[in-house]
Amino acid sequence: MVAVLTRIFGVHNLALAEDVVQDAFCRATEVWKYRGVPENPSAWLMTTAKNRALDVLRRERTARTYAPELGRLLQSEWTLAPIVEELFAPNEIKDDLLRMMFSCCHPRLPEEAQVALMLHILCGFSVGEIASAFVSRRAAIEKRITRAKKVLAGSKNLFDVAVAGDFSRRLPAVHRALYLLFNEGYHGASPESAVRVELCREAMRLAAKLLEHPLGATAPTYALAALMCLHAARLPARVDASGNLNSLFDQDRSRWDQELVDDGMKLLELSAKGTALTEYHVEAAIASIHARACRAEDTDWDSIVSLYNTLVELRPSPIVALNRAIAISQKEGPERGLEEIASIADGDRLANYPFYSAALGELEFRLGRHEEAGKHFRSALALARNPMERRFLNHRVGACERKDPYSQSQS
Amino acid sequence: MSEFTYLFRGRDTTASPEQMQKTMEKWVAWFKELGAKGHLKDTGHPLEHTGKVVKGKQKIVNDGPYAEAKDVVGGYIVIEAKDLLHAVEISKGCPILEAGGSVEVRPIQTMNM
Repeated sequence: MVAVLTRIFGVHNLALAEDVVQDAFCRATEVWKYRGVPENPSAWLMTTAKNRALDVLRRERTARTYAPELGRLLQSEWTLAPIVEELFAPNEIKDDLLRMMFSCCHPRLPEEAQVALMLHILCGFSVGEIASAFVSRRAAIEKRITRAKKVLAGSKNLFDVAVAGDFSRRLPAVHRALYLLFNEGYHGASPESAVRVELCREAMRLAAKLLEHPLGATAPTYALAALMCLHAARLPARVDASGNLNSLFDQDRSRWDQELVDDGMKLLELSAKGTALTEYHVEAAIASIHARACRAEDTDWDSIVSLYNTLVELRPSPIVALNRAIAISQKEGPERGLEEIASIADGDRLANYPFYSAALGELEFRLGRHEEAGKHFRSALALARNPMERRFLNHRVGACERKDPYSQSQS
Repeated sequence: MSEFTYLFRGRDTTASPEQMQKTMEKWVAWFKELGAKGHLKDTGHPLEHTGKVVKGKQKIVNDGPYAEAKDVVGGYIVIEAKDLLHAVEISKGCPILEAGGSVEVRPIQTMNM
């Protein structure tokens, strides 16, 4: 909704667009309390936002300037309603999302600010949620977003998706935002749930939109779409029927979505054109290796380790290093895994990441060191961000206290 | 370049919603064309067909205007054109003409003190 309203009001009136969306949601909470939730809530919200927009445009006909391309068409009753109606049409809105995403990737903004802005405006992430996604501090994110909005407000119009050079320059930032969005849905930091399938779907939908655009169908976009499909394929097993989180080693692989796996593999093949090797290619390749293993024991860990070695160079981050260490522990044993974890550069950034302590706990558990393991899991539990994570980690703490023996299939 | 007002008459206010929608789409298309060619000065507004008429020194107020539908001014816009002939040419694109209506083309009088 913000995207289509910004197209109408103009990017310099972004705050107005956000207000109108806010108003629509407020009205929804008031009206739905008495009349109940309508059959099609999003259509209701859209219509409300549209009517509110018409009110604003009429009331402030001459007081404000709106989107330059629309200019006077919004001022006259001859054209106001039909134009707004046209812009609220579903196929127009789809394009607006793309336009808005690219607009957020303003060249004067550093990449992190672009992504934060996109997540905030388009996906409705709160500052706290963005801070967790970046493993960063709230205050830093807050400042980043405020500054970014100012820069955006200073641009003359929304990004024109038809200009090739600009499009290609901005594409990497858009990729990164979609990646982070997917990640947040797949394994996020939200206080409600570790897994939010809607976010994954949203990311996949936007990635698909990118692929539809002639300039967007590049190898990295295919790779990104591939990795999303391959990860999403595991979602039905990742969260079981009771709403519990299952690690890759525990999942009932028969519940993996085979169609998504197939789609992912096809997209991975399509991503092999050209010479660019991006982090998305590598991650997709890793995901494809997991996807090919019918059972956890069948996983080709050698290949995964070598892929992680490549990934760590392409995208050096403590989390990638952690995942690499876990892969090494699978290939060379838990002691080696612990060594690798200990040598992670920037390891202190992981201090608040529950799965850092959980990984340590896991490896100590496999070595039979139940007390050490229990300590780590308890630290992890203290850092858990939602009930799902808490249940998962509590379960591990229990296993340590009972001194359960380690067996491949139960970890 | 001079400015001209178009006064539209013969707007069909009894049309069904579907017909109105089609008509509005034609108007939007015409406006966009005028805008693209740089003719559009003031987009004006459509006007409701009835209102009041205030007349004379006594300021008598009557309901009105009462005239045949084809005579009531249904709306206006202001355009910019080289001269009256040019303004007339431009007006021929107006959708109201297809519907049997008319466009009155009046130059804006520049008043100098």
